Amino acid sequence: MADSPSNPARRRFLTGAATAVGAVGVGFAAVPFLSSFQPSAKAEAAGAPVDVNIGKLSPGQMTTVAWRGKPVYVVNRTERMLESLPEMDDRLRDPNSEVVTQQPEFAANPYRARKEHERYLVIVGLCTHLGCAPTYRPEVAPADLGDDWQGGFFCPCHGSKFDISGRVYKGVPAPTNLEVPQYVYVTDEIIRVGGSEEDVA
Amino acid sequence: MIKSLGKWVDDRLPVSHFWNAHLAKYYVPHNFNFWYYFGSLLLVVFVLQIVTGIWLTMSYKPSADDAFASVEYIMRDVEWGWLLRYLHSTGASFFFIAVYLHIFRGMMYGSYKKPRELIWIFGVLILLVLMAEAFMGYLLPWGQMSYWGAQVIISLFSSVPVIGPDLALWIRGDYVVSDATLNRFFALHVIALPLVLLFLIGGHIMALHEVGSNNPDGVDIKENKDDTGKPVDGIPFHPYYTVKDLFGLGVFMFIFAAVLFYWPDGGGLFLEHPNFTPADPLKTPEHIAPVWYFAPHYAILRAVPDKFLGVVAMTVAILILFVLPWIDRNRTRSIRYRSTAFKVNLFAFAAAFIGLGYLGTQPPTTLGTLASQLLSAVYFGFFVAVYFISRRERTQPVPERLQ
Repeated sequence: MADSPSNPARRRFLTGAATAVGAVGVGFAAVPFLSSFQPSAKAEAAGAPVDVNIGKLSPGQMTTVAWRGKPVYVVNRTERMLESLPEMDDRLRDPNSEVVTQQPEFAANPYRARKEHERYLVIVGLCTHLGCAPTYRPEVAPADLGDDWQGGFFCPCHGSKFDISGRVYKGVPAPTNLEVPQYVYVTDEIIRVGGSEEDVA
Repeated sequence: MIKSLGKWVDDRLPVSHFWNAHLAKYYVPHNFNFWYYFGSLLLVVFVLQIVTGIWLTMSYKPSADDAFASVEYIMRDVEWGWLLRYLHSTGASFFFIAVYLHIFRGMMYGSYKKPRELIWIFGVLILLVLMAEAFMGYLLPWGQMSYWGAQVIISLFSSVPVIGPDLALWIRGDYVVSDATLNRFFALHVIALPLVLLFLIGGHIMALHEVGSNNPDGVDIKENKDDTGKPVDGIPFHPYYTVKDLFGLGVFMFIFAAVLFYWPDGGGLFLEHPNFTPADPLKTPEHIAPVWYFAPHYAILRAVPDKFLGVVAMTVAILILFVLPWIDRNRTRSIRYRSTAFKVNLFAFAAAFIGLGYLGTQPPTTLGTLASQLLSAVYFGFFVAVYFISRRERTQPVPERLQ
């Protein structure tokens, strides 16, 4: 720069304007780089529904299927498990499934299942705390979980507890109930995880 | 002939200027002790990680289908592949051992204080990037701990209010940790973050050589110069400290080799046992724990019984280091001349850090959580206490010259 440029105010304005325009350009140029981190079209398309046959699931038994890469637990609950549900309320953070993001409307009940098939629990097996897969602990009052354990899910990572409907206990790190995915019964024995009513209409 | 070639280059590139400015005529205090080995050791370990890393990429395949098998291939079939891999995995743990000791040195001798605040800030940035680098590298073998560790750490981001879930999705590039995640972590681990580290290390050293090294006495040697302008208590870095550091490197390599050849998994601390099983997205290992160098922060995370606040506590535990130069208001640098209260506080902090590290590797129990909460309080309490202690601290007089 010369010692005393002519028109200093004009030069300052032009430099400032050019910098501002350049900054906007950089901002636009950053969009493709940042957006390329988003899930690809292929990843978005991979969410196809999965069929589970529950015909051979005996009472108290659980099976796991992969849906969108996530584990989905399907449990055939026993009478004893279902009877324990109403007693749990005061130990749970959200007994009435009021957090709407955690289940489709049809599962906002103590069974967190479709009314006509309330025995069968279908939930995404990822803890709502930090995403570990909780273990299925159907037994009553095991040594490590305490005398009042009525069966449910226990996350080994950070000790979150859920009842047999996947409802979260009070005082554990997980903030919400386990997620119930969208699903539908194709027949009495086949559940379509990720499927909606339109699939069977 | 060689001399004239040297001059020819020197006229065109400031080689001898660089050599003198940073080594042969760079004056450093003559009283460096054991704690001053770790800076140069870290530089050596950094180069080791870069070199072994380049060789590993020649045989590694960054895809969910092939990654685990390609690591086994490196271990069993590639000539000397086991050595390259163990050098890299053991090197990662030793990197952190040296980093934590280097940081503790800085805290003991007040190396973060004026005029070295910027060196300290560069250092904390290096720590942050190094943690990201180590975390992303740990996903690459695609074992059970790789997978579920990444799942847990990425889920931390989902606890950020409002944008959290979208942020976690953006980081993963998929609805779960998957091939897309592995592939991008590979790119970040082998090129992006090492480049960032290189620049930060450059800034760290440039800032250091601008103001000069601190020392165990915390005396500013630039205050006392002879007629030629050299500090009286200073000696040139080369040959004095190059030789001393080479000796230190020899001892370090002796220990490093012992672990490398006889104890490469560090008893499950350096390479965790569940990671010898391929990643299974449907089943979490019974007990998941981070690698030892993340364990203290993980224990702080678990100590807080709330998802978001736990993440906040863990983040603050690292970020609070940035402001240490301004929290500590006492001008006396070295612990040698500071009050008993400060000494107790600093060693309680170090003990809490180690204690949290132990608890972070253990399964969660009621008693363990209680202990973690207590030690987290000591950890954060250090910074609060420093602020108050340093206000009217009764320090001993600092000598004019090095002792």
